[in-house]
Amino acid sequence: MNRYSIFSLARNALSHHEDWQQAWRSPDPKPGYDVVVVGGGGHGLATAYYLAKEHGITNVAVLEKGWIGGGNTGRNTTVIRSNYLWDESAHLYEKSLRLYEGLSQDLNFNIMLSQRGVVNLAHSEHDMRELKRRVNALRLNGIDSEVLTRDEVKRLIPILSCEGHARYPVLGASVQWRGGVARHDAVAWGLARAADAHGVDIIQNCEVTGIMREGGRVAGVETTRGTIRAPKVGCVVAGHASVLAAMAGISLPIESHPLQALVSEPIKPVLHTVVMSGAVHAYVSQSDRGELVMGAGIDAFNSYAQRGAVNVVEHTVAAVCELFPIFGRVRVMRTWGGIVDVCPDASPIIGKTPVEGLYFNCGWGTGGFKATPGSGWVFAHTIARDEPHPLNAPFALDRFTSGALIDEHGAAAVAH
Amino acid sequence: MLLITCPWCGPRAELEFRCGGEAHIARPADAMNISDADYARYLFMRKNPKGWHYERWNHAAGCRRWFNALRHTATHEIRATYKPGDRKPEPPR
Amino acid sequence: MSDAGDFRLQTGGRIDRERRMRFFFNGASYVGFDGDTLASALLANGVRLVARSFKYHRPRGIMTAGAEEPNALVQIGSGPRVEPNLRATQVEIFDGLAAASQNCWPGVEFDIGRINDFVSRLLPAGFYYKTFMWPPGFWHLYEWAIRRAAGMGRAADSADPDRYDHRFAHCDVLVAGGGPAGLAAAFAAARAGARVILCDEQNEFGGSLLGGAEKIGGKPGMDWVAGTLETMRWLPAIAMLPRTSAFGYYDHNLVALCERVADHLGEPKPGQPRQRVWHVRAKQVVLATGAIERPLVFADNDRPGTMLAGAARTYLNRYGVICGRRAAVFTSNDSAYAAALELAAAGVEIAAVVDLRVEPGAWGEAAAAKGLRVIAGSAVAAVRGAQAVKAIEVAKLGIDGASLAGGREIVRCDLLLNSGGWTPSVHLFSQSGGRLAYDDALGAFVPGKAAQPQRNAGSCNGAMTLAECLAQGFAAGAQAAEDCGFAPVTPPMPELEPEMQATPARHLWIVPSLKPVGRGGKQFVDHQNDVTAADLRMAAREGYRSVEHLKRYTTTGMGTDQGKTSNLPALAILAEATGASIPAVGTTTFRPPYTPVTMGAMAGRMNGAFLDPARWTPMQRWHVRAGAVFENTGQWQRARYYPLGGEEMHVAVEREVRAARTTVGIFDASTLGKIDIKGPDAGKFLDLIYTNSFSKLAVGRCRYGLMLREDGYVFDDGVTVRLGEQHYLMHTTTGNAAPVLMWLEDLLQMEWTELKVRLTSVSEQFAVVTLSGPFARKLLAELTDDIDLDPKAFPFMSWRTGAAAGIPARVLRVSFTGDLSFEIQVRASYGIALWHAALAAGEKYGVVPYGLEAMHVLRAEKGYIVVGHETDGTTTPHDLGMGGMVADAKPDFIGKRGLRRADLLRPDRKQLVGLRLADGERRPLPEGAQLVDDPGQPIPMKMEGHVSSSYYSPTVGAPIALALVKNGRARLGETLYAPLPGRTAAAMVVAPCFFDPDGKRLHG
Repeated sequence: MNRYSIFSLARNALSHHEDWQQAWRSPDPKPGYDVVVVGGGGHGLATAYYLAKEHGITNVAVLEKGWIGGGNTGRNTTVIRSNYLWDESAHLYEKSLRLYEGLSQDLNFNIMLSQRGVVNLAHSEHDMRELKRRVNALRLNGIDSEVLTRDEVKRLIPILSCEGHARYPVLGASVQWRGGVARHDAVAWGLARAADAHGVDIIQNCEVTGIMREGGRVAGVETTRGTIRAPKVGCVVAGHASVLAAMAGISLPIESHPLQALVSEPIKPVLHTVVMSGAVHAYVSQSDRGELVMGAGIDAFNSYAQRGAVNVVEHTVAAVCELFPIFGRVRVMRTWGGIVDVCPDASPIIGKTPVEGLYFNCGWGTGGFKATPGSGWVFAHTIARDEPHPLNAPFALDRFTSGALIDEHGAAAVAH
Repeated sequence: MLLITCPWCGPRAELEFRCGGEAHIARPADAMNISDADYARYLFMRKNPKGWHYERWNHAAGCRRWFNALRHTATHEIRATYKPGDRKPEPPR
Repeated sequence: MSDAGDFRLQTGGRIDRERRMRFFFNGASYVGFDGDTLASALLANGVRLVARSFKYHRPRGIMTAGAEEPNALVQIGSGPRVEPNLRATQVEIFDGLAAASQNCWPGVEFDIGRINDFVSRLLPAGFYYKTFMWPPGFWHLYEWAIRRAAGMGRAADSADPDRYDHRFAHCDVLVAGGGPAGLAAAFAAARAGARVILCDEQNEFGGSLLGGAEKIGGKPGMDWVAGTLETMRWLPAIAMLPRTSAFGYYDHNLVALCERVADHLGEPKPGQPRQRVWHVRAKQVVLATGAIERPLVFADNDRPGTMLAGAARTYLNRYGVICGRRAAVFTSNDSAYAAALELAAAGVEIAAVVDLRVEPGAWGEAAAAKGLRVIAGSAVAAVRGAQAVKAIEVAKLGIDGASLAGGREIVRCDLLLNSGGWTPSVHLFSQSGGRLAYDDALGAFVPGKAAQPQRNAGSCNGAMTLAECLAQGFAAGAQAAEDCGFAPVTPPMPELEPEMQATPARHLWIVPSLKPVGRGGKQFVDHQNDVTAADLRMAAREGYRSVEHLKRYTTTGMGTDQGKTSNLPALAILAEATGASIPAVGTTTFRPPYTPVTMGAMAGRMNGAFLDPARWTPMQRWHVRAGAVFENTGQWQRARYYPLGGEEMHVAVEREVRAARTTVGIFDASTLGKIDIKGPDAGKFLDLIYTNSFSKLAVGRCRYGLMLREDGYVFDDGVTVRLGEQHYLMHTTTGNAAPVLMWLEDLLQMEWTELKVRLTSVSEQFAVVTLSGPFARKLLAELTDDIDLDPKAFPFMSWRTGAAAGIPARVLRVSFTGDLSFEIQVRASYGIALWHAALAAGEKYGVVPYGLEAMHVLRAEKGYIVVGHETDGTTTPHDLGMGGMVADAKPDFIGKRGLRRADLLRPDRKQLVGLRLADGERRPLPEGAQLVDDPGQPIPMKMEGHVSSSYYSPTVGAPIALALVKNGRARLGETLYAPLPGRTAAAMVVAPCFFDPDGKRLHG
């Protein structure tokens, strides 16, 4: 792998940028691998990368039915934070945030992690109480988090409407300064390039059509590009988790829903933190290009269509305009939808399945992007050792049988 | 936004409805004598198919009745809506 | 010529020369006419340089005449009406319009940012992914600098003063696009009797005819448009919406439109919305959205003065503006010849027509016959002039089209028109879920299989002659009406001029220049985002070969124009670079909106008080007048406390609590959810809903119930009253009234269909006045004389009817304060009368109104839980110490099985306890504080529980708290610690009841 730097950029400028290497190869699939990772999103690529880097398992294929990073990795609002209520979640997301903090250097690919702070607004006494409970728990878990008074919020975000006459005035907020945003595509590409450098085969346009089992354990996958054998198969396919699980005869507690997001036309930067509000249902940040990046709510029905209703988007825009009245004349430039895999407790499932050698990592719902490297890191561990890492052990599928759910509906920050 | 035909009121905008998720999940009659795993199946496990899906809707801002629908989760086509107790329509082949 | 511009013709065009409009651009004053766009008025005044590009800050002029404009973005307005990033080609001028260039400093003529262009070799597509990584952790400094250069226009610095509206409409046929095809379709459908909505993004219908010179029926095309509109105006069921863009095509034939009601006026008239978003649900949709001309990709194809041929034609025919004095035309297809010929007729000198095709065919001959110089089989190899086109260099093309052959000729010109063919506007079709098909001859995608009841007509469907457009329009309109159940009427085709013999286009996606791609002049593909052919090739080389990767890596098509002119050339260049066919590469997904939509318009009326309805009790006005401080609880606005004479909150709350404990307090409890439950199976139903039993409850009695979810966790609680043998009144928490009703209805309609039970929400039908405190009975006695208030006759947890202050009332002897309490329920309209009567009668007992906060203190003193404080969706009745309320003997109730799951039986679950602080401590613990055994332990600490409610209790004379603590009931007497920012508080675990543990007051 040729390293990227200002010097390589200058060197290539001399040759008119005609000598850049491929960021990753496009190999044909081999008949077999040690591990097949199904799903070439951020989580799948991170799994492959950490399998190679942390566990020395490099005979790995990542199978992607379309183009890598084309699912939720390339469709989210790029927010990164670890301010989750329950210990289990806090530690998992914090692991991810710490990996993110070194990821640009680790991958030699600038993912543009911008730790500009994530502000969660409180609009009622109930909000304030829940927010303080979360902040206190986070601090004792060693995760940076603070409560801001209304005046502090106003100083931090002068364009925010905190007025008392608003329908839902701002009473205060929590902030995680280490939270922020990263360039979502770059995360996928950087991981792909680094995994590829370790020898991982990234195979695009290769859809898995069946999961082969022999004597109760997994034997490989059937794909649109032929049979690929592997003693271990890890599935990380977000919205399509149920479809893959059905191929292996496994039931999941997951429903797939459309989740929309939108960006405005670029305007000169005026919003320098990520702002989230559960009560009016909005979250918004401003990208380095100047676009306002906004997340909408999920549509209530199951869908695989990557398409949602216009009224859902309108509600989000209304909420953003309520919080930021100066955005009234800014225009929405693009809206889009993804498919999120939602678990009943708004926490993911990461671990083994009843089929030996088959592992699932799914159910990230509306919050998967922030978990990308952490998810891959623990999933790689789970696959390599055939047992979960302590960080992801609580996120096993059997929690739905025991009832030990990790209810993070509050931490979604907005009521999806 | 979907256009949903309430079996009692006729076609109405999705705004008037609330989605109730997968249909035809029977509440276990003898719940106390089934395993935790079987109970978890009832509580949490969902088919979530990519394709035809039986689901429940409530005409919340209308007649407030619950009913079922057969809808395609990739195209959003609604093939049928039907009252509770009515026979389940077959999905198109 | 006049002060209205040196480039304005004396006659012609659809402008009103009588109505002069003064406008300002970058501070200079100009004059245009009514009917002008900002672009046409600037061109008429000879203003060429209007903007700077996003990345390299290259000087840019006006390239198009419509929504596809990538270059000429301006900021208009001032103060709160500032609007950024408007396309000059779409801004209708009005008197006093002030516009300015954006993204340049100090000005558009000289812009410091241009330095980026000179170091552009260091800034290829995606350069930022490869650098700014050293030293680690310095990205935020680089980012600071990047953000200073980011964005284009500026947002306003104060709130938008204008109003926006939403409208919901249904129709038989919606026609999007009012050009010849759309007009024909609307006309045919409306004539058949269908209810039709016709919309068009421009201020006038006519589409391509507005800027063309075609004749219909021997008269100017616009005469046919006027005649058709006039006929349609008399049809009963047609709505015609100019200035209305169909921007999104959603499920089940819902199309969203944005109508610009007042933008052309500068400011809305009083009462007028500025813009209006329509949601149109149509039985059938006809898309007649036209086609967009694509620029050719050649070296330095962005110099101001470079323009699409069709745009120059529009400026000439529609606005009477010539865009230059000496024009060169560069084309791959026939369509640019019309521009050349019409401009020549208007007196513009045509320096040359450079045609990529070796045989320009009939159009070439026609041009030559008019004396124009046609240079066939040639290309524009270079453009001269830095801030404006001065000349072009023309060279013969090699046979393969990939290189130049022979010498170059310099052709002087001040206007360079170009045409790379036409791209049908399939955006809405694609959004509808329709499949696209590639048309080789057109070199573009056209609609394939439709996914919704929808058809396409005209140039968006690949029709490139007027005859085809009209024929398709009439047919689509007639068929759409027929599919709605109307007898089709196909209007007769008007007589048209004979079409010239067409010659196939030559699609050269990169026009060769003097140097290899990437080494010479920049060959722009995406003009707004400064993406060049070299960038695209580099991306493909680096492996970004999926069209989505290419788009995201290079940012092509990601600008405010969403790639209307650049998507197809980018796709074709990628296809060439990867050796794939264009259809194999495929397109990126078209996403709403087609053109950007104002956020205010999307929000519509959903702002301020209309964002979410505020719910008020019948006594709201009294609370307001009493100076209450309000609190939002869900949609309800409830009185939190009533400060007297500038009291601080804690003073007021303590006063209210003290009164309720020592004399009598009065409380507005109207917000509680109330569900009337009737039917022979009502009791059986409640037994299934609650953990405890209700069928055996005697008529006249009340009982507190816990309601679980199927998974065993507490969902809601409240008192249910048995009103009759088959009649109950259920109370829910304020916030859960609607969810509980929905859940009960669900169970009755879908699960227990055999149960005969009726549910009616009566939450807002009754006002509830609570009297609580030692004098509550005395006060009630003042109000009523027909209820026996003797404790034996009217015991705790029972109810009576009678008259309260002469008002028919139901009185419940229940308590949420732990004190003697009565809840008086009357019809909502009597609520305020009862409230006044109770206050008046209570004066001698020292009655004090108490708010929500005092209510919380009172209930916490008693240890009563509040759903949402003491429960969080993971709390069981056993956790709350309410295991005794779970009637395991019942064969079934919701949550019974769920409670038996392993994790819910765990011994170390968090349990409800009370907390007392050290003596003398007056500060309550913060709610949400986490509790630990050892505050000195290292982080991460092991947390034992959290504080769920916490208040200063005037009754106890000390702070109290309720908390959920692991295995808490076995830990009474232990000390726990709450590490807080800046201090650590110690607290002792006690039983969760601080007042009247024996219930003497309650039952007294």
